[in-house]
Amino acid sequence: MQSSKRRSRFPVHILVFLAPAVLLYTLFMVFPLINSLRLSFYDIGPKNQQSFAGLQNYVKLFTNENFAPFFWRALRNNFVFFAIHMLVQNSIALLLAGLLADGGRARNFFRTVIFLPTVLSVVIIGFIWQLILNPLWGVAESMLEAVGLGSWFGPWLGKPETALITVSLISVWQFVGIPMILFYAALIGIPDELMEAARVDGATGWDVFWRIKFPLILPTVGIVAVLTFVGNFNAFDLIYTMKGANAGPDFSTDIMGTFFYRTFFGQQLQLGNPAMGATVAAMMFLIILTGVLLYMFLWARRVQTYDM
Amino acid sequence: MKSSFPYRARTSLGRAIPLVILTLYAMLALFPIVMILMNSFKAKKAIFGAPFAFPTPETFSLIGYQTVTDRAAFSTYFLNSVIVTFTALILTLLIGAMAAFALAEYDFRGNTLTAIYLSIGIMIPIRLGTVGILRLMVSLKLVNTLTGLILIYTAQALPLTIFILSQFMRQVPKDLKDAARIDGASEYQIFGMVLPLVRPALGAIGIFTMIPIWNDLWFPLIIAPSSKTATVTLGVQQFLGQFVSDWNAVLSSLTLAMVPILLLYILFSKQMIRSITAGAIK
Repeated sequence: MQSSKRRSRFPVHILVFLAPAVLLYTLFMVFPLINSLRLSFYDIGPKNQQSFAGLQNYVKLFTNENFAPFFWRALRNNFVFFAIHMLVQNSIALLLAGLLADGGRARNFFRTVIFLPTVLSVVIIGFIWQLILNPLWGVAESMLEAVGLGSWFGPWLGKPETALITVSLISVWQFVGIPMILFYAALIGIPDELMEAARVDGATGWDVFWRIKFPLILPTVGIVAVLTFVGNFNAFDLIYTMKGANAGPDFSTDIMGTFFYRTFFGQQLQLGNPAMGATVAAMMFLIILTGVLLYMFLWARRVQTYDM
Repeated sequence: MKSSFPYRARTSLGRAIPLVILTLYAMLALFPIVMILMNSFKAKKAIFGAPFAFPTPETFSLIGYQTVTDRAAFSTYFLNSVIVTFTALILTLLIGAMAAFALAEYDFRGNTLTAIYLSIGIMIPIRLGTVGILRLMVSLKLVNTLTGLILIYTAQALPLTIFILSQFMRQVPKDLKDAARIDGASEYQIFGMVLPLVRPALGAIGIFTMIPIWNDLWFPLIIAPSSKTATVTLGVQQFLGQFVSDWNAVLSSLTLAMVPILLLYILFSKQMIRSITAGAIK
Protein backbone atom coordinates (compact mmCIF):
# COMPACT_ATOMS: atom_id res chain seq x y z
CA MET A 1 0.00 0.00 0.00
CA GLN A 2 2.88 2.31 0.73
CA SER A 3 4.27 1.94 -2.74
CA SER A 4 0.95 2.36 -4.50
CA LYS A 5 0.39 5.54 -2.52
CA ARG A 6 3.66 6.95 -3.72
CA ARG A 7 2.94 6.04 -7.31
CA SER A 8 -0.51 7.47 -7.75
CA ARG A 9 -1.26 9.85 -4.88
CA PHE A 10 -4.24 7.80 -3.75
CA PRO A 11 -6.02 10.00 -1.21
CA VAL A 12 -5.61 8.67 2.31
CA HIS A 13 -9.16 9.39 3.41
CA ILE A 14 -10.59 7.17 0.67
CA LEU A 15 -8.41 4.35 1.91
CA VAL A 16 -9.52 4.94 5.49
CA PHE A 17 -13.18 4.82 4.45
CA LEU A 18 -12.85 1.72 2.29
CA ALA A 19 -10.24 -0.36 4.08
CA PRO A 20 -12.30 -1.78 6.99
CA ALA A 21 -15.12 -3.02 4.73
CA VAL A 22 -12.84 -4.37 2.02
CA LEU A 23 -10.55 -6.11 4.53
CA LEU A 24 -13.33 -7.69 6.59
CA TYR A 25 -15.24 -8.79 3.51
CA THR A 26 -12.13 -10.17 1.86
CA LEU A 27 -10.84 -11.99 4.92
CA PHE A 28 -14.09 -13.51 6.17
CA MET A 29 -16.06 -13.97 2.98
CA VAL A 30 -14.07 -13.93 -0.24
CA PHE A 31 -10.97 -15.68 1.03
CA PRO A 32 -12.82 -18.60 2.73
CA LEU A 33 -14.98 -19.01 -0.35
CA ILE A 34 -11.97 -19.20 -2.66
CA ASN A 35 -10.17 -21.44 -0.20
CA SER A 36 -13.20 -23.76 -0.14
CA LEU A 37 -13.23 -23.92 -3.92
CA ARG A 38 -9.49 -24.63 -3.91
CA LEU A 39 -9.84 -27.41 -1.35
CA SER A 40 -12.31 -29.20 -3.60
CA PHE A 41 -9.28 -30.03 -5.81
CA TYR A 42 -7.23 -31.39 -2.90
CA ASP A 43 -7.03 -34.44 -0.73
CA ILE A 44 -6.87 -33.64 2.98
CA GLY A 45 -5.13 -36.21 5.19
CA PRO A 46 -5.93 -36.92 8.84
CA LYS A 47 -3.15 -34.55 9.94
CA ASN A 48 -4.34 -31.86 7.59
CA GLN A 49 -1.74 -32.65 4.91
CA GLN A 50 -3.00 -31.40 1.58
CA SER A 51 -2.15 -33.00 -1.72
CA PHE A 52 -3.42 -31.95 -5.11
CA ALA A 53 -6.01 -34.37 -6.40
CA GLY A 54 -7.24 -32.75 -9.58
CA LEU A 55 -10.84 -33.60 -10.33
CA GLN A 56 -10.77 -36.76 -8.22
CA ASN A 57 -13.20 -35.41 -5.61
CA TYR A 58 -15.67 -34.49 -8.31
CA VAL A 59 -15.40 -37.91 -9.93
CA LYS A 60 -15.97 -39.43 -6.51
CA LEU A 61 -19.01 -37.23 -5.93
CA PHE A 62 -20.56 -38.27 -9.24
CA THR A 63 -19.66 -41.97 -9.26
CA ASN A 64 -18.65 -43.32 -5.82
CA GLU A 65 -21.41 -45.37 -4.23
CA ASN A 66 -20.98 -43.56 -0.89
CA PHE A 67 -21.56 -40.16 -2.42
CA ALA A 68 -23.19 -40.28 -5.86
CA PRO A 69 -26.64 -41.66 -4.91
CA PHE A 70 -26.89 -39.11 -2.09
CA PHE A 71 -25.71 -36.26 -4.28
CA TRP A 72 -28.15 -36.95 -7.10
CA ARG A 73 -31.03 -37.47 -4.69
CA ALA A 74 -30.23 -34.24 -2.82
CA LEU A 75 -30.02 -32.37 -6.12
CA ARG A 76 -33.32 -33.79 -7.35
CA ASN A 77 -35.03 -33.09 -4.03
CA ASN A 78 -33.67 -29.56 -4.10
CA PHE A 79 -35.21 -28.98 -7.52
CA VAL A 80 -38.54 -30.30 -6.21
CA PHE A 81 -38.16 -27.96 -3.21
CA PHE A 82 -37.52 -25.06 -5.61
CA ALA A 83 -40.36 -26.01 -7.97
CA ILE A 84 -42.86 -26.06 -5.10
CA HIS A 85 -41.68 -22.63 -4.00
CA MET A 86 -41.97 -21.22 -7.51
CA LEU A 87 -45.39 -22.71 -8.17
CA VAL A 88 -47.05 -22.42 -4.79
CA GLN A 89 -45.25 -19.69 -2.87
CA ASN A 90 -44.86 -17.23 -5.70
CA SER A 91 -48.38 -17.75 -7.10
CA ILE A 92 -49.98 -17.28 -3.71
CA ALA A 93 -47.74 -14.25 -3.19
CA LEU A 94 -48.86 -12.76 -6.51
CA LEU A 95 -52.52 -13.38 -5.69
CA LEU A 96 -52.25 -11.84 -2.23
CA ALA A 97 -50.25 -8.88 -3.53
CA GLY A 98 -52.81 -8.29 -6.28
CA LEU A 99 -55.62 -8.27 -3.73
CA LEU A 100 -53.72 -6.02 -1.35
CA ALA A 101 -52.73 -3.58 -4.08
CA ASP A 102 -56.39 -3.05 -5.00
CA GLY A 103 -56.71 -1.27 -1.70
CA GLY A 104 -59.64 -1.75 0.57
CA ARG A 105 -60.09 -1.86 4.26
CA ALA A 106 -57.61 -3.39 6.67
CA ARG A 107 -54.95 -3.62 3.98
CA ASN A 108 -52.16 -2.71 6.41
CA PHE A 109 -53.40 -5.27 8.89
CA PHE A 110 -53.34 -8.10 6.32
CA ARG A 111 -49.93 -7.05 5.05
CA THR A 112 -48.49 -7.10 8.56
CA VAL A 113 -50.04 -10.44 9.54
CA ILE A 114 -49.08 -12.28 6.36
CA PHE A 115 -45.50 -11.02 6.57
CA LEU A 116 -45.16 -11.97 10.24
CA PRO A 117 -43.95 -15.59 9.91
CA THR A 118 -40.96 -14.46 7.82
CA VAL A 119 -39.38 -12.66 10.77
CA LEU A 120 -39.41 -15.74 13.00
CA SER A 121 -36.53 -18.17 13.08
CA VAL A 122 -36.85 -21.22 10.84
CA VAL A 123 -36.09 -23.34 13.91
CA ILE A 124 -39.19 -22.01 15.67
CA ILE A 125 -41.35 -22.42 12.58
CA GLY A 126 -40.11 -25.97 12.08
CA PHE A 127 -40.98 -26.98 15.61
CA ILE A 128 -44.33 -25.22 15.56
CA TRP A 129 -45.42 -27.14 12.48
CA GLN A 130 -44.06 -30.38 13.87
CA LEU A 131 -46.38 -29.90 16.82
CA ILE A 132 -49.35 -28.83 14.72
CA LEU A 133 -48.98 -31.85 12.41
CA ASN A 134 -48.25 -34.27 15.26
CA PRO A 135 -51.01 -36.92 15.32
CA LEU A 136 -50.52 -37.11 19.09
CA TRP A 137 -51.75 -33.55 19.52
CA GLY A 138 -54.21 -33.89 16.67
CA VAL A 139 -54.59 -30.17 15.91
CA ALA A 140 -54.23 -30.49 12.15
CA GLU A 141 -56.41 -33.58 12.12
CA SER A 142 -59.30 -32.00 14.02
CA MET A 143 -59.11 -28.91 11.82
CA LEU A 144 -59.37 -31.04 8.69
CA GLU A 145 -62.23 -32.97 10.27
CA ALA A 146 -64.03 -29.70 10.92
CA VAL A 147 -64.13 -29.00 7.18
CA GLY A 148 -64.92 -32.61 6.33
CA LEU A 149 -61.46 -33.60 5.12
CA GLY A 150 -60.50 -35.71 8.13
CA SER A 151 -59.65 -38.69 5.96
CA TRP A 152 -56.92 -36.70 4.20
CA PHE A 153 -54.86 -36.50 7.32
CA GLY A 154 -51.84 -38.74 7.68
CA PRO A 155 -48.38 -38.72 9.22
CA TRP A 156 -47.20 -36.52 6.34
CA LEU A 157 -43.83 -35.74 7.86
CA GLY A 158 -43.10 -39.37 8.58
CA LYS A 159 -43.77 -40.88 5.17
CA PRO A 160 -41.08 -40.75 2.47
CA GLU A 161 -43.66 -39.99 -0.24
CA THR A 162 -45.06 -36.91 1.46
CA ALA A 163 -42.29 -35.61 3.73
CA LEU A 164 -40.51 -33.46 1.14
CA ILE A 165 -43.72 -31.85 -0.08
CA THR A 166 -44.81 -31.19 3.50
CA VAL A 167 -41.52 -29.60 4.46
CA SER A 168 -41.55 -27.50 1.28
CA LEU A 169 -45.06 -26.27 1.98
CA ILE A 170 -44.08 -25.30 5.52
CA SER A 171 -41.23 -23.25 4.05
CA VAL A 172 -43.71 -21.73 1.58
CA TRP A 173 -46.01 -20.86 4.47
CA GLN A 174 -43.19 -19.08 6.27
CA PHE A 175 -41.70 -17.12 3.38
CA VAL A 176 -44.69 -16.21 1.20
CA GLY A 177 -44.56 -12.72 2.75
CA ILE A 178 -41.32 -11.79 1.02
CA PRO A 179 -42.40 -12.23 -2.62
CA MET A 180 -45.80 -10.85 -1.62
CA ILE A 181 -44.27 -7.58 -0.40
CA LEU A 182 -42.02 -7.33 -3.47
CA PHE A 183 -44.95 -7.89 -5.85
CA TYR A 184 -47.08 -5.52 -3.82
CA ALA A 185 -44.44 -2.81 -3.97
CA ALA A 186 -44.18 -3.19 -7.74
CA LEU A 187 -47.96 -3.18 -8.20
CA ILE A 188 -48.61 -0.02 -6.20
CA GLY A 189 -45.87 1.66 -8.23
CA ILE A 190 -47.94 1.42 -11.41
CA PRO A 191 -49.58 4.77 -12.14
CA ASP A 192 -53.37 4.76 -11.89
CA GLU A 193 -53.84 6.48 -15.26
CA LEU A 194 -52.71 3.35 -17.07
CA MET A 195 -55.44 1.26 -15.49
CA GLU A 196 -58.06 3.97 -15.74
CA ALA A 197 -57.65 4.10 -19.49
CA ALA A 198 -58.13 0.37 -19.77
CA ARG A 199 -61.18 0.38 -17.52
CA VAL A 200 -62.79 3.11 -19.54
CA ASP A 201 -62.31 0.86 -22.55
CA GLY A 202 -64.30 -1.78 -20.69
CA ALA A 203 -61.53 -4.13 -19.51
CA THR A 204 -62.34 -6.33 -16.51
CA GLY A 205 -60.18 -6.51 -13.40
CA TRP A 206 -58.80 -9.84 -14.61
CA ASP A 207 -57.81 -8.36 -17.99
CA VAL A 208 -56.25 -5.32 -16.37
CA PHE A 209 -54.17 -7.53 -14.13
CA TRP A 210 -52.80 -9.90 -16.77
CA ARG A 211 -52.58 -7.52 -19.72
CA ILE A 212 -51.35 -4.38 -18.00
CA LYS A 213 -50.12 -4.93 -14.48
CA PHE A 214 -48.37 -8.27 -14.87
CA PRO A 215 -46.21 -7.26 -17.87
CA LEU A 216 -45.22 -4.13 -15.97
CA ILE A 217 -44.01 -6.06 -12.94
CA LEU A 218 -42.03 -8.65 -14.94
CA PRO A 219 -38.72 -7.28 -13.62
CA THR A 220 -39.94 -8.05 -10.09
CA VAL A 221 -41.02 -11.54 -11.19
CA GLY A 222 -37.43 -12.15 -12.27
CA ILE A 223 -36.00 -10.85 -9.02
CA VAL A 224 -38.39 -13.02 -7.01
CA ALA A 225 -37.44 -16.06 -9.07
CA VAL A 226 -33.71 -15.58 -8.61
CA LEU A 227 -34.09 -14.84 -4.88
CA THR A 228 -36.17 -18.00 -4.50
CA PHE A 229 -33.56 -20.00 -6.37
CA VAL A 230 -30.63 -18.75 -4.32
CA GLY A 231 -32.53 -19.15 -1.06
CA ASN A 232 -33.72 -22.66 -1.87
CA PHE A 233 -30.35 -24.02 -2.96
CA ASN A 234 -28.84 -22.61 0.20
CA ALA A 235 -31.56 -23.89 2.55
CA PHE A 236 -30.68 -26.06 5.53
CA ASP A 237 -32.19 -24.89 8.82
CA LEU A 238 -35.76 -26.11 8.30
CA ILE A 239 -34.86 -29.64 7.23
CA TYR A 240 -32.19 -29.93 9.93
CA THR A 241 -34.66 -28.76 12.58
CA MET A 242 -37.56 -30.93 11.49
CA LYS A 243 -35.82 -34.03 10.16
CA GLY A 244 -32.27 -33.87 11.52
CA ALA A 245 -29.00 -34.07 9.61
CA ASN A 246 -30.07 -37.36 8.03
CA ALA A 247 -33.06 -35.65 6.43
CA GLY A 248 -35.36 -38.57 7.04
CA PRO A 249 -37.38 -40.58 6.53
CA ASP A 250 -34.94 -42.52 4.40
CA PHE A 251 -33.21 -39.32 3.14
CA SER A 252 -36.43 -38.32 1.41
CA THR A 253 -36.06 -34.67 2.52
CA ASP A 254 -32.33 -34.46 1.86
CA ILE A 255 -31.37 -31.29 -0.01
CA MET A 256 -27.98 -29.82 -0.92
CA GLY A 257 -27.62 -27.97 2.40
CA THR A 258 -28.16 -31.05 4.58
CA PHE A 259 -26.04 -33.20 2.27
CA PHE A 260 -23.24 -30.63 2.53
CA TYR A 261 -23.49 -30.58 6.32
CA ARG A 262 -23.34 -34.39 6.57
CA THR A 263 -20.47 -34.70 4.13
CA PHE A 264 -18.45 -32.02 5.88
CA PHE A 265 -19.13 -33.03 9.49
CA GLY A 266 -19.95 -36.68 9.16
CA GLN A 267 -22.82 -38.53 10.78
CA GLN A 268 -23.19 -41.26 13.32
CA LEU A 269 -20.84 -43.82 11.76
CA GLN A 270 -19.11 -41.88 9.04
CA LEU A 271 -16.32 -39.39 9.67
CA GLY A 272 -16.55 -35.91 8.27
CA ASN A 273 -14.63 -35.17 5.12
CA PRO A 274 -13.60 -31.53 4.60
CA ALA A 275 -12.37 -32.03 1.04
CA MET A 276 -15.60 -33.71 -0.06
CA GLY A 277 -17.54 -31.09 1.90
CA ALA A 278 -15.73 -28.41 -0.08
CA THR A 279 -16.60 -30.28 -3.26
CA VAL A 280 -20.31 -30.33 -2.41
CA ALA A 281 -20.12 -26.62 -1.56
CA ALA A 282 -18.40 -25.97 -4.89
CA MET A 283 -21.25 -27.73 -6.68
CA MET A 284 -23.77 -25.58 -4.78
CA PHE A 285 -21.72 -22.55 -5.75
CA LEU A 286 -21.84 -23.58 -9.42
CA ILE A 287 -25.58 -24.19 -9.32
CA ILE A 288 -26.31 -20.85 -7.65
CA LEU A 289 -23.92 -19.02 -9.96
CA THR A 290 -25.59 -20.59 -13.00
CA GLY A 291 -28.98 -19.44 -11.73
CA VAL A 292 -27.78 -15.91 -11.09
CA LEU A 293 -26.01 -15.65 -14.46
CA LEU A 294 -29.05 -17.02 -16.31
CA TYR A 295 -31.13 -14.39 -14.61
CA MET A 296 -28.68 -11.60 -15.39
CA PHE A 297 -28.09 -12.44 -19.03
CA LEU A 298 -31.24 -14.16 -20.20
CA TRP A 299 -33.92 -12.51 -18.12
CA ALA A 300 -32.81 -9.11 -16.91
CA ARG A 301 -31.46 -8.10 -20.32
CA ARG A 302 -34.55 -9.11 -22.26
CA VAL A 303 -37.25 -7.92 -19.96
CA GLN A 304 -38.13 -4.35 -20.60
CA THR A 305 -38.01 -2.13 -17.54
CA TYR A 306 -40.53 0.67 -17.83
CA ASP A 307 -39.93 3.98 -16.21
CA MET A 308 -43.03 4.75 -14.25
CA MET B 1 -75.12 6.85 -14.00
CA LYS B 2 -77.27 3.80 -14.53
CA SER B 3 -77.33 1.70 -11.41
CA SER B 4 -79.04 -1.59 -11.98
CA PHE B 5 -79.19 -4.28 -9.33
CA PRO B 6 -77.00 -6.96 -10.97
CA TYR B 7 -74.23 -4.42 -11.40
CA ARG B 8 -74.31 -3.51 -7.73
CA ALA B 9 -74.44 -7.14 -6.67
CA ARG B 10 -71.45 -7.91 -8.81
CA THR B 11 -69.33 -5.12 -7.36
CA SER B 12 -70.16 -5.92 -3.77
CA LEU B 13 -69.33 -9.56 -4.45
CA GLY B 14 -66.15 -8.36 -6.14
CA ARG B 15 -65.30 -6.52 -2.96
CA ALA B 16 -66.17 -9.38 -0.65
CA ILE B 17 -64.13 -12.12 -2.31
CA PRO B 18 -60.73 -10.45 -1.86
CA LEU B 19 -61.60 -9.75 1.76
CA VAL B 20 -62.57 -13.39 2.32
CA ILE B 21 -59.37 -14.69 0.71
CA LEU B 22 -57.19 -12.29 2.67
CA THR B 23 -58.97 -13.12 5.93
CA LEU B 24 -58.59 -16.85 5.39
CA TYR B 25 -54.93 -16.51 4.52
CA ALA B 26 -54.27 -14.23 7.50
CA MET B 27 -55.85 -16.87 9.73
CA LEU B 28 -53.64 -19.54 8.20
CA ALA B 29 -50.60 -17.35 8.86
CA LEU B 30 -51.53 -16.64 12.46
CA PHE B 31 -53.13 -19.79 13.78
CA PRO B 32 -50.01 -21.97 14.31
CA ILE B 33 -48.34 -19.15 16.22
CA VAL B 34 -51.43 -18.45 18.30
CA MET B 35 -51.82 -22.16 19.08
CA ILE B 36 -48.31 -22.28 20.54
CA LEU B 37 -48.62 -19.05 22.54
CA MET B 38 -52.00 -20.04 23.92
CA ASN B 39 -51.18 -23.60 24.88
CA SER B 40 -47.90 -22.69 26.53
CA PHE B 41 -49.96 -21.28 29.42
CA LYS B 42 -52.01 -24.42 29.96
CA ALA B 43 -51.60 -27.58 31.99
CA LYS B 44 -50.72 -30.71 30.05
CA LYS B 45 -54.21 -32.16 30.32
CA ALA B 46 -55.74 -29.08 28.76
CA ILE B 47 -53.13 -28.91 26.00
CA PHE B 48 -54.31 -32.28 24.76
CA GLY B 49 -57.92 -32.18 25.96
CA ALA B 50 -58.87 -28.82 24.48
CA PRO B 51 -56.07 -27.50 22.27
CA PHE B 52 -58.26 -24.80 20.70
CA ALA B 53 -59.47 -23.29 23.98
CA PHE B 54 -57.92 -20.24 25.56
CA PRO B 55 -56.36 -20.88 28.97
CA THR B 56 -58.91 -20.50 31.76
CA PRO B 57 -58.22 -20.12 35.48
CA GLU B 58 -58.70 -23.90 35.81
CA THR B 59 -56.35 -24.85 32.99
CA PHE B 60 -53.78 -22.09 33.49
CA SER B 61 -50.28 -23.35 34.33
CA LEU B 62 -46.74 -22.05 34.17
CA ILE B 63 -45.12 -25.44 34.67
CA GLY B 64 -43.50 -25.33 31.23
CA TYR B 65 -41.86 -22.00 31.92
CA GLN B 66 -40.59 -23.38 35.19
CA THR B 67 -38.91 -26.31 33.45
CA VAL B 68 -37.37 -24.01 30.90
CA THR B 69 -35.94 -21.58 33.44
CA ASP B 70 -34.66 -24.48 35.57
CA ARG B 71 -33.13 -26.52 32.80
CA ALA B 72 -32.06 -24.23 30.00
CA ALA B 73 -29.57 -21.38 30.18
CA PHE B 74 -31.99 -19.10 28.41
CA SER B 75 -30.56 -15.92 29.89
CA THR B 76 -27.10 -16.87 28.59
CA TYR B 77 -28.53 -17.61 25.14
CA PHE B 78 -30.37 -14.29 25.07
CA LEU B 79 -27.32 -12.37 26.17
CA ASN B 80 -25.19 -14.10 23.51
CA SER B 81 -27.73 -13.35 20.79
CA VAL B 82 -28.03 -9.73 21.87
CA ILE B 83 -24.24 -9.26 21.95
CA VAL B 84 -23.70 -10.91 18.58
CA THR B 85 -26.62 -9.23 16.84
CA PHE B 86 -26.01 -5.71 18.09
CA THR B 87 -22.24 -5.69 17.68
CA ALA B 88 -22.51 -7.09 14.16
CA LEU B 89 -25.26 -4.58 13.41
CA ILE B 90 -23.27 -1.57 14.58
CA LEU B 91 -20.10 -2.75 12.83
CA THR B 92 -22.05 -3.34 9.61
CA LEU B 93 -23.70 0.06 9.67
CA LEU B 94 -20.53 1.96 10.53
CA ILE B 95 -18.10 0.15 8.24
CA GLY B 96 -20.70 -0.19 5.51
CA ALA B 97 -21.59 3.50 5.64
CA MET B 98 -17.92 4.45 5.42
CA ALA B 99 -17.38 2.33 2.33
CA ALA B 100 -20.66 3.45 0.78
CA PHE B 101 -19.65 7.06 1.35
CA ALA B 102 -16.30 6.53 -0.37
CA LEU B 103 -17.94 4.85 -3.36
CA ALA B 104 -20.68 7.46 -3.67
CA GLU B 105 -18.61 10.55 -2.98
CA TYR B 106 -15.24 10.15 -4.67
CA ASP B 107 -14.34 9.56 -8.25
CA PHE B 108 -11.15 7.52 -7.92
CA ARG B 109 -9.48 4.92 -10.05
CA GLY B 110 -10.93 1.50 -9.26
CA ASN B 111 -14.22 2.85 -7.91
CA THR B 112 -16.41 0.74 -10.19
CA LEU B 113 -14.19 -2.28 -9.71
CA THR B 114 -14.38 -1.99 -5.92
CA ALA B 115 -18.16 -1.59 -6.12
CA ILE B 116 -18.49 -4.72 -8.27
CA TYR B 117 -16.11 -6.66 -6.03
CA LEU B 118 -18.12 -5.73 -2.95
CA SER B 119 -21.45 -6.54 -4.55
CA ILE B 120 -20.58 -10.11 -5.56
CA GLY B 121 -21.47 -11.06 -1.99
CA ILE B 122 -25.08 -9.93 -2.45
CA MET B 123 -25.96 -13.00 -4.48
CA ILE B 124 -23.42 -15.58 -3.32
CA PRO B 125 -24.37 -16.95 0.10
CA ILE B 126 -21.53 -16.91 2.64
CA ARG B 127 -22.48 -20.43 3.75
CA LEU B 128 -20.84 -21.86 0.66
CA GLY B 129 -17.49 -20.84 2.14
CA THR B 130 -18.12 -22.70 5.39
CA VAL B 131 -15.23 -25.14 4.98
CA GLY B 132 -12.86 -22.21 4.54
CA ILE B 133 -14.48 -20.20 7.31
CA LEU B 134 -14.13 -23.00 9.84
CA ARG B 135 -10.45 -23.45 8.93
CA LEU B 136 -9.86 -19.72 9.23
CA MET B 137 -11.63 -19.62 12.61
CA VAL B 138 -9.53 -22.52 13.85
CA SER B 139 -6.29 -20.82 12.85
CA LEU B 140 -7.40 -17.50 14.36
CA LYS B 141 -8.51 -19.35 17.53
CA LEU B 142 -12.00 -17.91 17.14
CA VAL B 143 -13.92 -21.18 17.32
CA ASN B 144 -16.52 -21.07 20.09
CA THR B 145 -16.24 -17.33 20.49
CA LEU B 146 -18.85 -14.67 19.90
CA THR B 147 -16.19 -12.60 18.12
CA GLY B 148 -16.00 -15.22 15.37
CA LEU B 149 -19.75 -15.04 14.81
CA ILE B 150 -19.72 -11.24 14.84
CA LEU B 151 -17.00 -11.08 12.17
CA ILE B 152 -18.79 -13.57 9.91
CA TYR B 153 -22.15 -11.82 10.20
CA THR B 154 -20.60 -8.43 9.54
CA ALA B 155 -18.83 -9.72 6.43
CA GLN B 156 -22.10 -11.32 5.29
CA ALA B 157 -24.16 -8.16 5.75
CA LEU B 158 -21.69 -5.67 4.25
CA PRO B 159 -22.32 -6.20 0.50
CA LEU B 160 -26.02 -5.36 0.51
CA THR B 161 -25.57 -2.60 3.09
CA ILE B 162 -22.93 -0.89 0.98
CA PHE B 163 -24.95 -1.30 -2.20
CA ILE B 164 -28.09 0.27 -0.75
CA LEU B 165 -26.39 2.97 1.31
CA SER B 166 -24.26 4.23 -1.56
CA GLN B 167 -27.44 4.79 -3.58
CA PHE B 168 -28.89 6.83 -0.76
CA MET B 169 -25.68 8.77 -0.27
CA ARG B 170 -25.63 9.78 -3.92
CA GLN B 171 -28.89 11.61 -3.32
CA VAL B 172 -27.43 13.91 -0.67
CA PRO B 173 -27.16 17.32 -2.38
CA LYS B 174 -23.66 18.23 -3.47
CA ASP B 175 -24.04 21.90 -2.48
CA LEU B 176 -24.35 20.91 1.15
CA LYS B 177 -21.04 19.06 1.14
CA ASP B 178 -19.24 21.67 -0.94
CA ALA B 179 -20.37 24.44 1.39
CA ALA B 180 -18.95 22.49 4.32
CA ARG B 181 -15.70 21.94 2.42
CA ILE B 182 -15.35 25.67 1.78
CA ASP B 183 -15.85 26.22 5.50
CA GLY B 184 -12.82 24.01 5.99
CA ALA B 185 -14.49 20.76 7.06
CA SER B 186 -12.36 17.64 6.66
CA GLU B 187 -13.63 14.68 4.63
CA TYR B 188 -14.26 12.83 7.90
CA GLN B 189 -16.42 15.69 9.16
CA ILE B 190 -18.37 15.62 5.92
CA PHE B 191 -19.00 11.91 6.40
CA GLY B 192 -20.25 12.71 9.91
CA MET B 193 -22.57 15.29 8.37
CA VAL B 194 -23.96 12.97 5.68
CA LEU B 195 -24.59 10.05 8.05
CA PRO B 196 -27.60 11.55 9.87
CA LEU B 197 -29.09 12.48 6.49
CA VAL B 198 -29.43 8.84 5.48
CA ARG B 199 -30.86 7.79 8.84
CA PRO B 200 -34.07 6.28 7.43
CA ALA B 201 -32.01 4.00 5.18
CA LEU B 202 -29.77 3.06 8.11
CA GLY B 203 -32.85 2.12 10.12
CA ALA B 204 -34.32 -0.07 7.42
CA ILE B 205 -31.03 -1.81 6.70
CA GLY B 206 -30.55 -2.26 10.43
CA ILE B 207 -33.78 -4.17 10.85
CA PHE B 208 -33.15 -6.35 7.82
CA THR B 209 -29.60 -7.09 8.96
CA MET B 210 -30.66 -7.98 12.46
CA ILE B 211 -33.36 -10.53 11.75
CA PRO B 212 -31.28 -13.08 9.79
CA ILE B 213 -28.44 -12.79 12.30
CA TRP B 214 -30.73 -13.35 15.27
CA ASN B 215 -32.42 -16.27 13.52
CA ASP B 216 -29.34 -17.99 12.06
CA LEU B 217 -28.74 -21.61 13.02
CA TRP B 218 -25.92 -22.56 10.65
CA PHE B 219 -22.96 -20.59 11.98
CA PRO B 220 -23.70 -20.98 15.71
CA LEU B 221 -24.00 -24.72 15.02
CA ILE B 222 -20.69 -24.89 13.17
CA ILE B 223 -18.50 -22.12 14.59
CA ALA B 224 -19.78 -21.67 18.15
CA PRO B 225 -21.74 -24.70 19.37
CA SER B 226 -20.50 -24.65 22.98
CA SER B 227 -23.09 -24.08 25.69
CA LYS B 228 -21.35 -20.84 26.70
CA THR B 229 -21.59 -19.31 23.22
CA ALA B 230 -24.91 -20.75 22.03
CA THR B 231 -27.34 -18.15 20.68
CA VAL B 232 -31.08 -18.31 21.28
CA THR B 233 -31.74 -20.05 17.99
CA LEU B 234 -29.18 -22.77 18.64
CA GLY B 235 -30.02 -23.02 22.35
CA VAL B 236 -33.71 -23.50 21.61
CA GLN B 237 -32.92 -26.03 18.91
CA GLN B 238 -30.83 -28.11 21.30
CA PHE B 239 -33.20 -27.70 24.22
CA LEU B 240 -36.15 -28.80 22.09
CA GLY B 241 -34.20 -31.80 20.89
CA GLN B 242 -33.74 -32.97 24.48
CA PHE B 243 -37.22 -32.18 25.74
CA VAL B 244 -39.34 -33.32 22.78
CA SER B 245 -41.69 -35.28 24.97
CA ASP B 246 -42.23 -32.54 27.55
CA TRP B 247 -44.95 -30.59 25.78
CA ASN B 248 -45.20 -27.87 28.40
CA ALA B 249 -41.48 -27.17 28.17
CA VAL B 250 -41.49 -27.26 24.36
CA LEU B 251 -44.39 -24.84 24.04
CA SER B 252 -42.93 -22.47 26.64
CA SER B 253 -39.46 -22.40 25.13
CA LEU B 254 -40.93 -21.72 21.68
CA THR B 255 -42.94 -18.87 23.14
CA LEU B 256 -39.91 -17.43 24.94
CA ALA B 257 -37.88 -17.57 21.73
CA MET B 258 -40.63 -15.94 19.68
CA VAL B 259 -41.69 -13.11 21.95
CA PRO B 260 -38.71 -10.74 21.55
CA ILE B 261 -38.88 -10.87 17.76
CA LEU B 262 -42.67 -10.60 17.77
CA LEU B 263 -42.48 -7.49 19.96
CA LEU B 264 -39.84 -5.92 17.72
CA TYR B 265 -41.95 -6.75 14.70
CA ILE B 266 -45.11 -5.26 16.18
CA LEU B 267 -43.18 -2.09 17.01
CA PHE B 268 -41.40 -1.72 13.67
CA SER B 269 -43.52 -3.57 11.11
CA LYS B 270 -44.86 -0.37 9.58
CA GLN B 271 -41.39 1.07 8.97
CA MET B 272 -40.08 -2.30 7.79
CA ILE B 273 -42.76 -2.82 5.17
CA ARG B 274 -42.73 0.82 4.15
CA SER B 275 -38.98 0.68 3.59
CA ILE B 276 -39.35 -2.21 1.13
CA THR B 277 -42.25 -0.70 -0.73
CA ALA B 278 -40.65 2.75 -0.85
CA GLY B 279 -37.41 1.29 -2.16
CA ALA B 280 -39.22 -0.54 -4.90
CA ILE B 281 -41.19 2.46 -6.10
CA LYS B 282 -38.07 4.51 -6.48
